[in-house]
Order: sequence, then C-alpha cells, then structure tokens
Amino acid sequence: MSEMKAPERLQARPAAASPAPAADLPLYADRQKVYPKAVRGPVRRIKWAVLALCLGLYYVVPWLRWDRGSGVPDQAVLVDIANARLFFLWIELWPQEIYFLAGALILGAIALFAVSSLFGRLWCGFTCPQTVWTDLFMWVERLIEGDRVERMRLDKAPWTAAKWARKAAKHAAWLGIAAATGGAWIMYFNDAPTVTREILTGTASARVYFFFGLFTATTYVLAGWAREQVCTYMCPWPRFQAAMLDEHSLVVSYRAWRGEPRGKAKAQGVGDCVDCYACVHVCPTGIDIRDGQQLECIGCGLCIDACDQIMERLGRPKGLIAFETLSNLAASEAAVANLPPGPQRFARGMAARKAPRVIRPRTLVYAGMLSAVGLAMLTALLLRETLSVTVIHDRAPTFVRLADGGVRNGYTLKIANKTREAPTLALALDAPAGLRLTVQDPAESDAEGRPLLAARPDGLAQYRVFVTAPPGLGLRESTPVTFRLLDAGGRVAAREDSIFLGPRP
Amino acid sequence: MPTKIEKDHVTGTETTGHEWDGIKELNTPLPRWWLLVFYATIAFAVLWMILFPSLPIRGATGLTGWIAREAVVGEMQAHQARLEPMMARLRATTPGEIAADPELRAFALAGGRAAFANTCAGCHGAGGQGAPGGFPSLADDDWIWGGSLEAIRTTILHGVRNTEDERARQSQMPRFLADGLLSAAQVNDVAEYVLSLSGRAGDQAAAARGAAIYAENCASCHGERGEGNRELGAPRLSDQVWLYGGDKASVVRSIAFSRGGVMPAWQGRLDPAVINMLTVYVHALGGGE
Repeated sequence: MSEMKAPERLQARPAAASPAPAADLPLYADRQKVYPKAVRGPVRRIKWAVLALCLGLYYVVPWLRWDRGSGVPDQAVLVDIANARLFFLWIELWPQEIYFLAGALILGAIALFAVSSLFGRLWCGFTCPQTVWTDLFMWVERLIEGDRVERMRLDKAPWTAAKWARKAAKHAAWLGIAAATGGAWIMYFNDAPTVTREILTGTASARVYFFFGLFTATTYVLAGWAREQVCTYMCPWPRFQAAMLDEHSLVVSYRAWRGEPRGKAKAQGVGDCVDCYACVHVCPTGIDIRDGQQLECIGCGLCIDACDQIMERLGRPKGLIAFETLSNLAASEAAVANLPPGPQRFARGMAARKAPRVIRPRTLVYAGMLSAVGLAMLTALLLRETLSVTVIHDRAPTFVRLADGGVRNGYTLKIANKTREAPTLALALDAPAGLRLTVQDPAESDAEGRPLLAARPDGLAQYRVFVTAPPGLGLRESTPVTFRLLDAGGRVAAREDSIFLGPRP
Repeated sequence: MPTKIEKDHVTGTETTGHEWDGIKELNTPLPRWWLLVFYATIAFAVLWMILFPSLPIRGATGLTGWIAREAVVGEMQAHQARLEPMMARLRATTPGEIAADPELRAFALAGGRAAFANTCAGCHGAGGQGAPGGFPSLADDDWIWGGSLEAIRTTILHGVRNTEDERARQSQMPRFLADGLLSAAQVNDVAEYVLSLSGRAGDQAAAARGAAIYAENCASCHGERGEGNRELGAPRLSDQVWLYGGDKASVVRSIAFSRGGVMPAWQGRLDPAVINMLTVYVHALGGGE
C-alpha cells in the first residue's frame, strides 16, 4: 500500500528510459483525456439523488416568494446590492450585519472539516459544484456521443458531417445548461421573474449581461473542458484536506490484502482482483484507485459500484473497493499476513476490521466548535436589535466655549430602524443636572418637553444634537452621559452611552 | 547546471537534480493548458501596453488614446451635470428658504460640508472650531459680523478687510501705543478695565483709571459696556470668547498694536449655489442665529 504510483497522465511526456539531460525534459505535460464509463449501483444512485437535490435547490430557490408587504422585494432569498439588503426568508440583514454571513461560512467550513474527518471527501465526491456540474455535463455527453468506447472512437474518427453534428449538439447542450446556470446565479441578486424577462427581451443592464456571460463561460469551461483539472491543479482543498483525515476516516480504498496478487479469474493462487480495469474506466479523474490514496481521488466512490458489479458477476463477495478506514486496512493486512489467497484469507481479513471510531479527539473538537459557533450565531440572531441608536461625538471641535463661559458639545445621532414601521421616539438625556439638551433640526416635543425624533422605516435617520453646560457647573474634563430613545409607551427602545467634554478645570 | 538527475523510484518521475539536505525535487511539468494561460497573460500585458499609456514617455498614450486624467475630468463633469438641477434650485433660493426646505437643507448641509473642507477648513478648522491667532470659531455663539444666515452669507460673499472687494467687511482699530495715541501706562490701565468687563481685572485701581480712557477711546466702537458692535465689526469684550487670547498680555498687545485678520471674498470664486450651501452649513455648525 505504501508504494504510491503517480497516474499515467501526471508523468512527463516521452519518459526516457535512463536519466536524460535536463534540456530534453518536456516543458509541459500533455493532458490525457479521461473518458469515464457509465456505471450503475448504489453509490451512483446516491450521486444522482444528491445531484438532483443540489441542482434543484440552486435553480428553484430564486423563484420562491416570501411576502414582506408592499414596497419590499417578495423574493425568499435575495441579495439586493442596490439597496444594501440581504433577504433570507424572514431575516433581513443590513450591510453592518454581514457577520451573519461570515458566521454561516465559518459554520460551513467547520462542518466540512467534521464531515471530512468522518467520511473523507464526501464534499468533493458528491456535493461540490464542480463535481455536480461535471457529472451533469458527462451525462449529457453520454446521451449525445455514447459511452466510453464510443466517445474514444468518435474522437479518433475523421471529421465527418456526422461527427460535426454530434459535437455541435453536445456543445450546444452544454452552453444551454451553462446559460441556465449563469442565469440562475444572476437571479440571486435580482428579482428572478423580472431579470429573466429582461434577459430574454434584451432589456437587462450591461452589468447583468456581463455576469450572465461570465458565469455561463465559467460553467461551460470548468464543467465541460477543465473537469478533473480543476480538482488536480486549481483547487486548494485537495492540498490541505489531508490534514482533516486520519486513519479512522472513511475513504475510498482498494483492499489490497484481498485483491493481490492480481490475476485472471480462473487462475490459481491469485487474489480477488482480476485486473479488469473497470475501476479505472469509470473514474472521473482517470486514476487507478489500486495505487492507494492519492491527491487526485475525489472520493466519489464510482469505482466501488464498478468493482462490485464485477465481483457479483464472478460470484465473489462485494467490497474489494469500499469506503474503508486506513486503520482497518492495516489491521486486515496484518491479519492475513503470509496467508494464501482464498476464502480463509478473506474471512480472516474481514474479521480483523473494527467499526470506525466516530468519537475521537478530532471529531469532538469539530463538534465543539460547530456547536459553539452555531450557538453564538443563534444567540446573535435572537438578540438582534431592530432599532438602535448610534451617538457620534463631534471630533472637531471636541467642545465649544460659549460667550457666557458655558461649554457646548455637538453630537450626531443615527437612528437605525430595521422595521417597516416609522415610530416617533422621545429623546432623553441621562446626565448631571444642569446640562441642557437641544436638537438642532426642527423637532416637536412631548408633554414633558423631550424632543420627539422620527425614525425612518427601514432606514437611517440622522439628527444633530447639542448638549450645553452653563458656566460654573464644575464638570470634569469628561463626563459620562447616556442618550435614551423612549417609545410611545415610555419604554426604552434604544440607548447609547457617550461623553460630555469640557476644558480642564 | 544540475548534475544529478535521477529517476525517483517511488513515483517513477525524474528529479530536477537539485538537492537540499537530502530533499530532492521531482520534475513534474505543468499541464499544457496552464502554460498556455501563462502565455496568454503575457500576450495580454503586451496588448495592454500597446492600447493604454504604459511608458513614462511624453506622448506615449497608447492606441486607444485613453488618459486617466481625462477620464477623471469627464467623470467629475458628469457628476456636476447630475447635481446641476439641485444646484440651479439652490442658486435661485435664499439661504433662509433653503434652511426651511428639508430636501434642500439636507443637500446643502452635505454639499456645504464638502465645500467647507475644500475652501474654509484651512483657516477655520475642520469643524469650524477656528484657530488661535485670529481665525474665529464658527461653531460658538459669538459673532463679530453677525451670525444670521444673511450676515454669514454677506461675510462669505465679500470677505473681511480685503482689498479686492469694495463691499468687504471693513474695520480698522487704531494702533493706540504704536501711533502714540496712548501711553504705555494708559494702555495697561485700559487693558485692566477691559478685563474687568468680563470680571477678570487683576488691578482694580488700574481698571478704575482705565474706565475713563475706555469711554473716550474705545466705547464708540466696542460699546459703553463692551457689548461690541457688529455693524463696525467691533468684537464684544464682555464675554469669554477671545479671538486673540484673553490673558492680559494678549489684550495689551491688541490695544497697543491693533489686530485684525483678512478673509478673501468668495463671490466670483465659488458658484453662488456653493456659497448658499456654505451659508447653511456654517449656520448649522452650532452658533447660527
């Protein structure tokens, strides 16, 4: 198992038999095109289901409606960049609350670590958009150009009209899917029905067309042409996901202790692997899983389905390739040491396996982090203020000396109102007796003489406020004061601490 | 040149021949498409240099003729054009009407803030707090030439003590000591009297002697009780705000040698709409009357 062989396509072009002078080394490696074969089986069925679910969510979500009243977008999930609002079902976030999005991304990252440490590259093999769209594009390719062998033959064939027609049909279908993908992405940032109509009638803005084109092009190139090159050369995740995995993580593995030595089905004294290359032919990244764990393996498990089919046909137990932990592989390997191939070796090897250890320090840490961040986000969401006031003390000048020897401080009050109502709030000041509060902007007063400030519905209202100390009050350089906003019932709707500054006494 | 190129027995790949502390590097070539992308970026850079000004040579503007400065000027002009309807309204209204109209007022405060930072803050400070040495605070409630919207507008339009505008605010206090109008002792006495107007005299006898001198020489402009006169631009002497410092030495110096700052006239330099915006903004700094 320790002997890892790089897959063919990673090797330099003409591999000279003996050490060659550096000048003869090729500058680049030719890409070996991968022609994955169709396969059936439980893993493939799960992959189809995940694909349908992911694509379904992606395409359907922008069309879901959510009534928020008149004058407000009724799209359930919408990033409204022009108005600086993020709508998610009943939640409406302002730009300063973007930490909720950051929190969601952190949750996603920790969940990814946790899942990887338990089940290996589930994300890469099943849910990553690159995998999902590549799978979809390959499915289309198979419909139009046929399966592995037919495609290989077609690529080698001369360019006849029939070949042109097939290739054109394939790329047209790909571009169609890519356009739908790029279009759906735009819909998360614009009202879906409106922007769809605009795109179709040619009335959308240049910006919409640009991003529509950009995401159409990236989908077409990445899923149609680049495919496994994205995972092998572009994506950083395969590089460091190994840090999440350990010997107890389930990874797609070839049970070499059972398969080796390879040989013909009817040969004597050989293992279960008949060297049929079914696992290699179905692999979307074109590797041989029997070479052991490798960077290129995205953990999709299609080789498991392929091998199981062969084993079934040969009447041998399934699971020569399986989701297996490295510790079990080592245990089986040790248990069957020096045993000849045969039913006894299989039984001994399988008996040495243990159930995967789910509870490990690593998973506990991930679970702890996951619940801590999740709890923090839930708390933040529940305690989220819908009305808040920010008091900005003037910086220049910090205070103004008045003709009578008094001192005045200027403040800017910003009332952020995240609701659709427009409450009128009375402004009260908690400060040493003698300090006088005035609002510069014309404002009415309530029965107790407190100025009444109007909050803007779903917006920010700004007021200039002055606090004046008459001469001889004997205040220190800095005096804490508190501004309170009282609603119609006299309850404190929002409050903010500030200071009153004066000359050194 | 690397000398020890060998085949790595694990991967079957050749090494680069470099070795660091026993660590060897495999020679794994890039995929061809990656190399092509690299070449494409080089081609892009060359194309960019041909199309856009890239060389520090006069006249090397590139085939497109695009120049950053012209683009900025164009954008600023477009911005001005967008503001023009509002500016036209501001030009046609008085500061009083602007202050009463919430929409115009909000626009004028924002525009006035920017214009103030551009043209006024150099002397009067970023928040209109003024600066020592004759740059009055615009945020307090003490005005030499008046703090009403109209008075502020007049001061901005014509300036103070400048020679370029006939209607500039003019005032000239005599140099009482330098021109021999008062003796040094008399200046000292009248300074004590002036300090006594805000209750800060140190020498009551001198202040008493100074009262007569004050009545004869100063009261005509600064008022019987130092209340000042905005028509003449004579500051109030009975309050706590001192343009050139309120300690005795400063007061003595002001009497002896006279002091007065100069402010340029902004009419003709600034758009009338901007002057209206500045008026409303300065009025709203806190001291407007």
